[in-house]
Amino acid sequence: MKARDDTLFPAVLEDVGFAAGGQQLLTGITARLGRVPVTVLLGPNGAGKTLLLRICRGLLTPTRGSVRWGSAGTGQLGVRVGYVPQHPVMLRRSVEANVNWALALAGVPRQHRGEAARNALAAVRLEGFARVGARRLSGGERQRLAIARAWSQRPAALLLDEPAAHLDPAATISIEEAIEAVRDTGTRIILCTHDLNQARRLADEVVFMHNGRLLEQTSGSVFFERPQSEEAARFVAGELLV
Amino acid sequence: MGEFTRAFVEAGNLLVTLDPDILGIVGLSLRISLTAVLIGTLIALPLGAALALARFPGRGIPITILNAFMGLPPVVVGLAVYLFLSRAGPLGEFGLLFTPGAMVIAQAILVLPLIAALTRQTIEDLAAEYREDLAALGASRLRMLPTLLWEGRFSLTTGVLAGFGRAIAEVGAVIIVGGNIDGVTRVMTTAITLETSKGNLGMALGLGIILIGLTVGINAVAMAVTRFGRARYGV
Repeated sequence: MKARDDTLFPAVLEDVGFAAGGQQLLTGITARLGRVPVTVLLGPNGAGKTLLLRICRGLLTPTRGSVRWGSAGTGQLGVRVGYVPQHPVMLRRSVEANVNWALALAGVPRQHRGEAARNALAAVRLEGFARVGARRLSGGERQRLAIARAWSQRPAALLLDEPAAHLDPAATISIEEAIEAVRDTGTRIILCTHDLNQARRLADEVVFMHNGRLLEQTSGSVFFERPQSEEAARFVAGELLV
Repeated sequence: MGEFTRAFVEAGNLLVTLDPDILGIVGLSLRISLTAVLIGTLIALPLGAALALARFPGRGIPITILNAFMGLPPVVVGLAVYLFLSRAGPLGEFGLLFTPGAMVIAQAILVLPLIAALTRQTIEDLAAEYREDLAALGASRLRMLPTLLWEGRFSLTTGVLAGFGRAIAEVGAVIIVGGNIDGVTRVMTTAITLETSKGNLGMALGLGIILIGLTVGINAVAMAVTRFGRARYGV
């Protein structure tokens, strides 16, 4: 397994904008992401978090500005930056085979895949499900498998889109434990959520977004104690931002 | 009533006595059509999937042609293959005309567009769901192709079965390129045509019942396998 590529950090976003259908969805996002173990993009629904995450992974091309990971463009990331969408697609095969497929893409030789897959599944506590059809899993289990699948490729960074939205507390805990397990192996996490409490639990740094703009970027401890922007203060206070 | 009952009785007799001539005809039919479907499938799956994933200007044209060719008339295909394989034709030197090989070629050409068109649609629908996830895991479009084919395996089975149904049931192409030679190129459909023209309606209907029975049987087996797979791995 190749060494993790730390030259990617931080991801540099330069005046990123995105417009579609005559609507400006992201405006003037300039930031450095991935400087800490867990970066949380926080904001209400419709803030543009998912869009920004997909742009960072190179799944969408911004209509303005640019994203670079060190010297790499978003088209050159390969398996170095993983991405798990809110509703990850499970391949129609066993849980284990889902991970094996990702390992094959990462260039892991066949004889090492079995052990690598077991490790990845153990990290998200799905080891007992190896032989189960992946589409038989519950929502929370799917999310964990998707994390294991992406993490098995030993990415330098893992981008997670609302990893625990619409899930019950037990599933949320399992997912957050999986995220912490991944973080502890040195893979940097960038996740977006609208869940203030999840952000509080996980964030080393918070990037607060609202209406397609980045309003502030501060360390987790500072953000929740002394939010800088008025919107963030209202959000932290539990008000509904629209 | 009389004719129909006699046909069933005759079909029963054909099956019970296992007449070697009939068995030969049934066996040849299966061999030719299964080979044709195998060859057609091996080409049609990657072709259909490639067309589903490729993005180029004018992409609609090959798709339209492929869809239209699902209804390619067997006699016309037979005629074209005949012209290619006849002594004076470009492939005449291989001496394939009036052999089972020629019949395989004709049927493979018939089923190829059908399977490819159904594959294209299936894979395109799947790609809409899968593309981003697979790309995020580092898959190029070329790498997605075999993965999506495997993901679509349950739906694609239906397309391959449709191809088999078309091959085993057609008479227009095989009668032209095969010639319905007794013991050499006589298959079930050409035998039915012949027996009907000779007035052996019972025999013809009997063969027809065997033909339908075989088709139903093969479809049943394939669907059972698909169902098992779906149940195991989820829809």
